[in-house]
Amino acid sequence: MKTTIEEILAKHEHAGRDQLIPVLQEIQDHQGYISEEAVVKTGRLLKIPTSRIYGVATFYNQFRFEPMGRYHIQVCRGTACHVLGSSTVLEELEKHLKIKAGQSTRDGLFSIEVVACIGACGLAPVIAVNGEFHAKVTGESIRNIIDEYKLQAEQS
Amino acid sequence: MRFQINVNGSPVEAIQGETILETLNRNGIQVPTLCHIKNFIPSGTCRICVVELEGSGKLIPSCSFPVEKGMKIQTHSARVIESRKTIVELLLSNHPDDCLYCVRNTNCELQDLAREHHVVERRVRGKKNGHKIDHSSPSIVRDPDKCILCGRCVRVCEETIGVAAIDFINRGSKTVIGTTFNRGMNTSSCVNCGQCIMVCPTGALSEKQHITEVQAALTDHSKVCVVQYAPSISVSLAEEFGLPAGTDMNGVLNAALRKMGFARVFDTTFSADLTIMEEASELIERVSKGGTLPMITSCCPAWIKYAETFAEDFLPNLSSCKSPQQMLGAVIKSYFAETENIAPASIYSVSIMPCTAKKFEAGRDSMGQNGLSDIDAVLTTRELIDMIRWYGIDMRNIRLEIADSPLGAHSSAGKIFGASGGVMQAAIRTAYKMLTGKELVQYKVDQVWGLAGRKETKIQINDLELGVAVVSGLANAKVLLDEIRNGRNDIHFIEVMTCPGGCVAGGGQRIGARLCDVQSRVDALDQIDERESIKVSHKNPEIIELYEKFLGQPLGHKSHELLHTHYHKRDVLK
Repeated sequence: MKTTIEEILAKHEHAGRDQLIPVLQEIQDHQGYISEEAVVKTGRLLKIPTSRIYGVATFYNQFRFEPMGRYHIQVCRGTACHVLGSSTVLEELEKHLKIKAGQSTRDGLFSIEVVACIGACGLAPVIAVNGEFHAKVTGESIRNIIDEYKLQAEQS
Repeated sequence: MRFQINVNGSPVEAIQGETILETLNRNGIQVPTLCHIKNFIPSGTCRICVVELEGSGKLIPSCSFPVEKGMKIQTHSARVIESRKTIVELLLSNHPDDCLYCVRNTNCELQDLAREHHVVERRVRGKKNGHKIDHSSPSIVRDPDKCILCGRCVRVCEETIGVAAIDFINRGSKTVIGTTFNRGMNTSSCVNCGQCIMVCPTGALSEKQHITEVQAALTDHSKVCVVQYAPSISVSLAEEFGLPAGTDMNGVLNAALRKMGFARVFDTTFSADLTIMEEASELIERVSKGGTLPMITSCCPAWIKYAETFAEDFLPNLSSCKSPQQMLGAVIKSYFAETENIAPASIYSVSIMPCTAKKFEAGRDSMGQNGLSDIDAVLTTRELIDMIRWYGIDMRNIRLEIADSPLGAHSSAGKIFGASGGVMQAAIRTAYKMLTGKELVQYKVDQVWGLAGRKETKIQINDLELGVAVVSGLANAKVLLDEIRNGRNDIHFIEVMTCPGGCVAGGGQRIGARLCDVQSRVDALDQIDERESIKVSHKNPEIIELYEKFLGQPLGHKSHELLHTHYHKRDVLK
């Protein structure tokens, strides 16, 4: 049986090296991240070394290499949020969850993504958890927000 | 087409299609470079080679800018010098600055540039990166903090070696050089050849050092420390000690190693001869009994790992012979131990190699007997030089000595293993004798000798026309393998060396040797081949003795046990 990745790649049978990014995008759309299998099989199809694929993919913020957590946290690092302290928010969040942006917690509950601008500058600094916005977050409030989601996960 | 351009107010002849840098260098004008590698397509990333284009008000990278008719260039105007200095200062801003503790201290391009540009105060203080050092590889240590992202390692790994184990990861200030998924080098497709180290301008890439272990063993009285050195070592040391490149320091080296405290000094050239006895026999067996052809040499451990990783369909083609390093290691802990009545476990066997992949090879599963490794430690030429200095040995005023016997005598056929085409020539000489009973009169096969990346010829032996091919620089091997995959069948025997030009340009050699120095090493080996009286492996008296007293015959039972090995497919991210 073909895996999802193989099905996607089969559609790009005649693709060349220049199709690398669209192919990776399609894989990420279906899988939520770029897995090892994706890198290896895409490399084989397009005749590109895996190191080069990883190099290209890490150049762009849009690609992630771990599955998303149940709660996917987008931290806005746009100008307005930055001015109002989003770097501290991100730092605290990373400290609290013990992961870095782009990673997922080992229990699969949370993942962090840094986004350039979420389009809610009036609420800065802002984060979105599975699309749910939290306005004017601070280094302290972020811990409470996370704990609430943890509680929610335990109860469900 | 030739035309003139103006450089610093004087006319200079340029050739259409050249870069400005090529024109300048051809006319003896020096411009500093960092990301540039000669004969590679320029990448133009570091900008240290900028020159000023008069009239345009622009600074342009000379390495990647083609010359144009009527150009007026300033190579050392105040603006150019200031820009270059700023580049160096910025590169230094996040550098660890621990030069005194760095393996490349006094042999570092960044250090040189800082001195040449009179960087004597810190104008820019940047945040240090704090990356972890990757110690995972048995051969290569990567310290990304010292990396200046010139990308030379990335290019050599992909373009010369054809492996592409590393690339630029992330972007902007977060960029690092790393493997797929930024994992350890040990699990990557790296073949441990060390060519990345040879082009690294700083200490970001270096070999996994074994000096400390060797030192400890030398002072351990319960150990009998023995050493062997590869054929290319004796012709690769001279420049370091102020002698003309390519000077053969064989006798000096024997004496120096004894001064360090090695109980026995053996010559890997002896086991190169042994390899030839086994390999030539194997070739004849394959040709006459319809074995897998073309047979491919197995002396080069980086090539072996490459085949296991990228060309598993050719594993049956690889000669089953261990490399000379491992053969000698195996013979030392069996034959030598037996004749000298020493317990194999108390022998500490060191090899000195022009190679980083040999460190990996020594640790391979199949490279030992009875739970003992054939080889205990591998030093590169660079580590050897460090040790010579450490022990205060004056290499220019030392009485020459000869290697220990047995396992020290060699033929010049074994000696030429040190350069591309050497193994092939040596094997042809012995195979010819084995097949015809006569010696090859024209013993030199010039068509396969020298630094060219790919060489082929045909040898007539009785009614067999033996097709032979020699490649160095693994990217060239890939092209040849593809031809064979596509049906080419006129080649019987292939010699593959990973490093371009063979071991004389190995990844463990002195850093900073010029191409002409490497050529001198090749010429030196050629002269040894002309000068020495025993020119064929099968006439090495100690080889004959070894077979009579211990091994029996080539490909015999004992040989198979000690001198042959097997290979397996490697599943890594490639």
